[in-house]
Amino acid sequence: MDELPAFAANAPVVRIRPPRTWEALDLSGLWRFRDLLFALALRDIKLRYRQTALGVLWVVLQPLLGAGIFAFVFGRVARLDSGDQPYVLFAYAGLLAWNLFNGVVLKASGSLVANASLVAKVFFPRLLLPFSGVLSTLLDFVIALVVGAILLFISGQTPGLSLLAAPFWLVFLLLLATGLGLLCAALAVAYRDVIHVLPVALQFLLYGSPVGYTIAVIPPGLPRLLYKLNPLAALIEGFRVALLGHGEIGVRSSIYACTVAVALFITGLIVFRRMERQFADVI
Amino acid sequence: MSSDLVISVRHVGKTFRVATTRHRATTLAELVTQTFRQPFTRRQRETEFDALEDVSFEVRRGEVLGIIGRNGAGKSTLLKILSQITPPTRGEIDLRGRVGSLLEVGTGFHPELTGRENIYLNGAILGMSRREIDREFDSIVAFAETERFLDVPVKRYSSGMYVRLAFSVAAHLRPDILIVDEVLAVGDLAFQRKCLGKMDEVAHRSGATVLFVSHQMAAVHSLCSRALLIEGGRVIEDGAVDGVLARYIALNSSAQASTIELPDGEGEAPARAIAVHVSGLDGKARSTFQLGEPWRARVEFELNRPLPHVIAGFGLQNLDGSPLVTWWSAPRDLSPGRYTADFECDVPLAAAEVTFAVGLTSDEKSIYYAEGVGALSIGEIATGPQPHRASGCGVLFTIERPEIKAA
Repeated sequence: MDELPAFAANAPVVRIRPPRTWEALDLSGLWRFRDLLFALALRDIKLRYRQTALGVLWVVLQPLLGAGIFAFVFGRVARLDSGDQPYVLFAYAGLLAWNLFNGVVLKASGSLVANASLVAKVFFPRLLLPFSGVLSTLLDFVIALVVGAILLFISGQTPGLSLLAAPFWLVFLLLLATGLGLLCAALAVAYRDVIHVLPVALQFLLYGSPVGYTIAVIPPGLPRLLYKLNPLAALIEGFRVALLGHGEIGVRSSIYACTVAVALFITGLIVFRRMERQFADVI
Repeated sequence: MSSDLVISVRHVGKTFRVATTRHRATTLAELVTQTFRQPFTRRQRETEFDALEDVSFEVRRGEVLGIIGRNGAGKSTLLKILSQITPPTRGEIDLRGRVGSLLEVGTGFHPELTGRENIYLNGAILGMSRREIDREFDSIVAFAETERFLDVPVKRYSSGMYVRLAFSVAAHLRPDILIVDEVLAVGDLAFQRKCLGKMDEVAHRSGATVLFVSHQMAAVHSLCSRALLIEGGRVIEDGAVDGVLARYIALNSSAQASTIELPDGEGEAPARAIAVHVSGLDGKARSTFQLGEPWRARVEFELNRPLPHVIAGFGLQNLDGSPLVTWWSAPRDLSPGRYTADFECDVPLAAAEVTFAVGLTSDEKSIYYAEGVGALSIGEIATGPQPHRASGCGVLFTIERPEIKAA
């Protein structure tokens, strides 16, 4: 049989072939299915607060309560230093960044397994599932950010020019979280263990990251150097400094963290795309 | 070669690796090492299984192609490959135009979302843009007959309403190539007819190409002009629908085919029929009988929750879907488990190929229905001295033969 001749209507021809080892990282399908990306994100958001009494209020309450607990445990009980800013505000800023990271990783990594029937029965770019998780988490983040701005205003703090750096930290935080999420999502298709291990690992990471305390608390020298191997350390600290306008940012650890974030994102993307075509058979 | 080819499938094969039982971990340490090693080492014992061996065919624009074959023949795998859900292991396929595939009714429907929200979500999942859904919205709702419940979460819908809405969204997708798997096994008969009509309209009015998989030979017969018969991962017959259906029936009429597996019902259905076993009165399994010879059909079904007043129904249909005879079991309250109902068919039927309809009801409500499944041939040679005649059709009433009188 010959190949298909050109149609008068010149409809595009799709050629289906066995997967090859290396395929071009073609992301054009994402654009064609952009409506689905938003539809899935919208579904996520609607479902999260349907049949809850307080609804969207939870987006605000969760980080507020979390910040309160951190302020109490680290600020009051352990008497750690938060610089010259209120501990609650300090912890809230850290939690903003952490919740974004945590939410994106969890949402993205569980997205394929949670939508197994879609993966097995419908064709669409699989990347949409983790990406829609990123999108829906971002909305929560924006709402919590607005509350953070109100808190700042009430406490009489003005962030100043450092605020301009906040989007920069956010981008790298998102790259890191999405990369990790993609990696875990692809692995979780074959090994559901990932889904069980991840919350525990993230719990460890929360306490190993400067969310409720500053890097300054870690003894300088080798301990702090080891501590900064966690790329989240520089990213969360950077975001908080940008938001509150107090504190210092290590240049070298920032470059390191940003490099890791980009590398992890690209790795996640490649691994996901390579495993993608087998998802329907394995899931 | 003419220029209106839309699908070209060339030597496509699909091999699955099926992992067989591994050595089981007996100690915690072993479990841990195995669990940690597992992501990096290939599982040792794998058997290969060819779901599709070597499939080639072409489809022209506007053609309605039926794909038939027994369970496990490879039909669904073929459709999944054509829909790009899973890749082939060998071979190549060219598709021209937008592909819409409906492998399951209501995939992606979310019970917590309202009918309106689900229409938009499901439309997007099937590949429609928001603008297209806006344009088709009223017509989707009208076809599904769910206007009054648009803002009610679909978890409150009856299963019939649910299926109607789900099919309706898919039916309004306007693809160049529409791929439909056994989706009409759900829903009531009237709606099944309506769906078939809609698919016919999609094919003949908008000039789309349709690939249609079904166990219901009546549906294939009325909808398709051409059919493929798949058996053991290969296309063993490709041509005009009548010839292919006849070959399929012949295939089914072999002794092995006296057990007909039935399609699954709705996902959440409390009961489903599993199979029909056909045999002679001597209990020997077969599916070809002589004219006037009595035979037996055993319907096997399964309940996964207790149901009151269960009745099993069994019927015969002509290949065009017209009903011939129906039998009903006596009602009985049943607890979960497997059951059988035996129907003795001593009705003299004219020589024909017939198919089955199987239904289950509880409290007079239908909980499972499949029609056009399986096949049975009644031969033209009568058993005893000629009370029955080979000519005529349907049920041959011979008990009281009226005298012919001069007017």
